[in-house]
Amino acid sequence: MNRLHIDWTACDGRGLCAELVPELLAEDDWGYPVARDGAAEPAVPDHLERSVRLAVDRCPALALRLVRR
Amino acid sequence: MTSIAEASAHLGHRLLAEPGRLPSADRPPVLDQARLIEMLRAAGLTGRGGAGFPTWRKLAAVAGAGGRPVVIANGAEGEPGSGKDRALLTYQPQLVLDGLQIVVGALGAGAAHVYLPAAAGGAIRAVLTSRRQAGLDPIAVNVHAAPDTFIAGEESAVVAAIAGRPALPADKRVRITESGVDGAPTLVQNAETLAHIALIARHGPAWFRTAGTSDEPGTFLATVGGAVAAPGVLEAGYGVPLGDLIDAAGGATTDLQAVLIGGYHGGWIPPRPDLPISRAALAPYGASPGAGIVLALPVGVCGLTETARIAGYLAGQVAGQCGPCINGLPRLADTLADLAHRRGRPGLPGEVERLSALVSGRGACRHPDGTVRLIRSGMRAFQADVAAHLAGRCLAKEGYR
Repeated sequence: MNRLHIDWTACDGRGLCAELVPELLAEDDWGYPVARDGAAEPAVPDHLERSVRLAVDRCPALALRLVRR
Repeated sequence: MTSIAEASAHLGHRLLAEPGRLPSADRPPVLDQARLIEMLRAAGLTGRGGAGFPTWRKLAAVAGAGGRPVVIANGAEGEPGSGKDRALLTYQPQLVLDGLQIVVGALGAGAAHVYLPAAAGGAIRAVLTSRRQAGLDPIAVNVHAAPDTFIAGEESAVVAAIAGRPALPADKRVRITESGVDGAPTLVQNAETLAHIALIARHGPAWFRTAGTSDEPGTFLATVGGAVAAPGVLEAGYGVPLGDLIDAAGGATTDLQAVLIGGYHGGWIPPRPDLPISRAALAPYGASPGAGIVLALPVGVCGLTETARIAGYLAGQVAGQCGPCINGLPRLADTLADLAHRRGRPGLPGEVERLSALVSGRGACRHPDGTVRLIRSGMRAFQADVAAHLAGRCLAKEGYR
């Protein structure tokens, strides 16, 4: 299963990812992405993989990576 | 906190009591990679920097990564309650430097570094010069100054500092053991851990296991402070009763209310003299020996206020890179401060827990997680104080604590 890795040193909370994959991510009190299941590296279900890849590609801070763990 | 407390007979003493010796008199043993890793596995040595990760596994990871490794002795010790690495580097620098060379030799490392507070740099350079002259160090050791910040000793911050960048934690998508300084597999090892490696190489794993418990073998350096008569650094085997550590540090100056174990990222435990200081015995309290910090909280001092003070310090030590930590830790510390200073409002404890859950795991390093560990521990240990504070009272001030 792929997981979504967030580089917190790069993320500046633009909020694009939470808009593109609302099933996986919400925004926290300050606009930073937070996994709905509370995981640090949320698992990406197959049916969300396409939209997660889009979020990875579109992130203006290049803070997202799909990782296999 | 520089005194070395005299350890009583049933406390271990190896690191600090190892007789001083001339550098040329006793060369550190040369071990190949497989032999050293096997010895450390058999000894059961774990990292003494706080995380307690099995040392042999870290070495094996670096050995298996491919490429010439870099080895770093980490003596940064940004934790305010800790003085053990400074004591070790002051009184027994040879042990740390022996351990460094043993690891460097076994791994075939291309570079060796010592990273420690600037004030300790001059003394260690003098020791390194005499070792070099005595032919003890096959590889030259570079000395780097660690800034005086809480997170300067975090592994990826250490790597950044050695590479000439600010000592700030980095994202961990790729492990440092695979790619650290200039992309080389990098081993960052706490100074005390290296000293234990030197002794294990000399005396063997079975000797190492004569102290501590079967699950947690060996000794550790404790920095005992707070309400004790003779605060300082001493050595004991894992499983040592809390009361023995307190007694070895001159005994408590008054009745104790609680003890903070493991430092500012640690947890509060009851001041039970028979409580063994080991991961297994402290786990039920959500605490661990960590890097060996023991801070005694006397009666009459509000534990909630003390927890809030530490949380405020930790919020001020945020590296400033990760949004949830930059925003969350100050908010968390302020919320706790409201509770501590009896600026109560309904739902305050719930908000502390909500923010704790929110910042956990959401940073490049474990600073938010460690801060949350301390705060949750304080909320549990001082539960009665929380209730009193919400009602506008304080048990410590009223003499009930």
